[in-house]
Amino acid sequence: MRIVKVLGMLAALLMFGTAATAADGQVLLNAAGATFPYPIYSKWFNDYHQMHSAVQINYQSIGSGGGIQQLKTGTVDFGASDMPLNDKLLGMFNQKILQFPTVLGAVVPTYNIPGVSAELKFTPQMLADIYLGKVTKWNDKEITSANPGVQLPGNDIVVIHRSDGSGTTFVWTDYLSKVSPAWKSQVGSNTSVNWPVGLGGKGNEGVAGLVKQTPNSVGYVELIYAIQSHMGYGLVENSAGKFIKASLASVTDAASGAAAKMQKDIRISITNAPGLQTYPICSFTYLLIPSKIADSTKRDVIKTFLRWMLTSGQDMVESLNYARLPKAVVAIEMKQLAQVQ
Amino acid sequence: MAKRAPSSWSVRAYLRRLATGDVVAHMVTLIFAASIVLIATLLVFQLWNNSAASRQQFGWGFWTTQTWDPVFEHFGALPFIYGTLVTSVLALIIAVPLGLAAAIFLAELSPRVISDKVAFLIDLLAAVPSVIYGLLGIFVVVPLMRTTIGPALKDAFGFLPLFSGPNYGVGFLTAGIILSIMVVPFIISVSREILLTVPREQREAALALGATRWESTWKVVIPWARTGITGSIFLALARALGETMAVTMVIGNDPKIRDSLFAPGYTIAAVIANEFTEATGKLYLSALIELGLVLFLLTFILNGMARLLILATETDRGRAS
Repeated sequence: MRIVKVLGMLAALLMFGTAATAADGQVLLNAAGATFPYPIYSKWFNDYHQMHSAVQINYQSIGSGGGIQQLKTGTVDFGASDMPLNDKLLGMFNQKILQFPTVLGAVVPTYNIPGVSAELKFTPQMLADIYLGKVTKWNDKEITSANPGVQLPGNDIVVIHRSDGSGTTFVWTDYLSKVSPAWKSQVGSNTSVNWPVGLGGKGNEGVAGLVKQTPNSVGYVELIYAIQSHMGYGLVENSAGKFIKASLASVTDAASGAAAKMQKDIRISITNAPGLQTYPICSFTYLLIPSKIADSTKRDVIKTFLRWMLTSGQDMVESLNYARLPKAVVAIEMKQLAQVQ
Repeated sequence: MAKRAPSSWSVRAYLRRLATGDVVAHMVTLIFAASIVLIATLLVFQLWNNSAASRQQFGWGFWTTQTWDPVFEHFGALPFIYGTLVTSVLALIIAVPLGLAAAIFLAELSPRVISDKVAFLIDLLAAVPSVIYGLLGIFVVVPLMRTTIGPALKDAFGFLPLFSGPNYGVGFLTAGIILSIMVVPFIISVSREILLTVPREQREAALALGATRWESTWKVVIPWARTGITGSIFLALARALGETMAVTMVIGNDPKIRDSLFAPGYTIAAVIANEFTEATGKLYLSALIELGLVLFLLTFILNGMARLLILATETDRGRAS
């Protein structure tokens, strides 16, 4: 991941270097922010450049926090964040910022219990209680009753979480806050939180490594990471009471379920969304676009790019294991696009 | 035109001195030396300025608070200070005897050919990126700690709180071990060079007085090189205090103060690296920057104390002789 980041930055620098000397008529856009969607963003920006050779978009995946900061100081044309900006953060900007969901990601529980090969089922309450430190043994009644027929040992559960600030942690804690009032009042949701129990691993690979190495452990990773590294992961009970194994389709389903509410506020969290087949722990990642763009050339390019990203661009996302936006959400975003002036 | 020079004679003298290079050398080196002061000042200035929100909110309580809660925006540095000190001290406890013994062997006892070749390897080790040491930690030290070293220590010293509690493989001790592996090349490399500069006459005089090889090394050569050796240890300490990547990979990243060396902890450098990129909100960011200030001050204080220690022992020796 680090290497990808460094290479990304180098690429951005190189592009910047060449663009600075480019001829007139070129449009150079700078963007910065979230690392989770970096692979698809760089593919989009690259493909878009192939089609419109005059347009270059440099994206630096420096993290959501950095993206927000740079957008605020005006060093980039637009930002990107894994976490929707709340009113307090938006208040720090001197203009209105519009948030455009681009792709979907999901977070899955993964575990390592020696002697257990069955796919474990997790209920929302169980996940919250494990991460709160209330359920400490694998053969706790809360776990065994959801997993009949699985022989679980009486060992202590080793809880593992992300140590670095990440959108993944935001989605995970946002979900736990929704399903457990105790979690909401004691811990809450953010890119980093004050974990009641557990060990921290750096990055998806850090958590996966700790889980793999530590017997009787449980952790959470990005669905993309789990798919790409062929990791096993557990099923999670959704709001309809069905245990769902996360897949790109069940993640897109979650977003369709939430689309009705997004009409009012596009930032709505889609964790624990309604629907029979929806996977409950997923979220959007967003592009942050200023509502007023003074430079008309840049404004046109950004709007054209967003339109393309929402239509043909969506056909590319599944090849990189991101879940695509449902049609209902695309429609809402197209409407929001008109607000960019 | 510019002002006339006061007198043509002084101009000629100045030019002559310029031609010999002394003034140029003086000015260039002065500028470079001043730039160090400038960089340090700028660093503190930036850290101080950007941590304003957090300093106002928490005051001195920042140093003594044990909570680190980005959600409810309550921040304190104590668990990180504790983790930084514990891991660095552990690293030195392991690395100093090891490094010093190796340096003594290489400088005093081994044939020069072997010594030079090994020294080359040690310099290579010092240049290995820290993430590599982190990987070494994850794949070798952590499993070893969980299955072998940890249980053995527990069997032997389990009655001490230092070696009690669950052992996950990651924690203070593992971080200390990895850090010690990282800093040992510094200690060996610098100490060896220093020991090699001790004049031959010193050893010969001691041997002539009937000292054994070991006595001449321990009682004459080491005291002679003491300042330099201490310097190498501080270099190692500085690296241990500021090490980020390798530590965060093996320490468990849990900001709590615990007695047990098996328990997971957290260090200042690690939390800054981990949380800075995704930190949103003014207070959160400013608290992270204040942590940087704390680390800077901590390094400053430790270095100052070390200097005083050297001064104190120097004057002691002066008085004794």
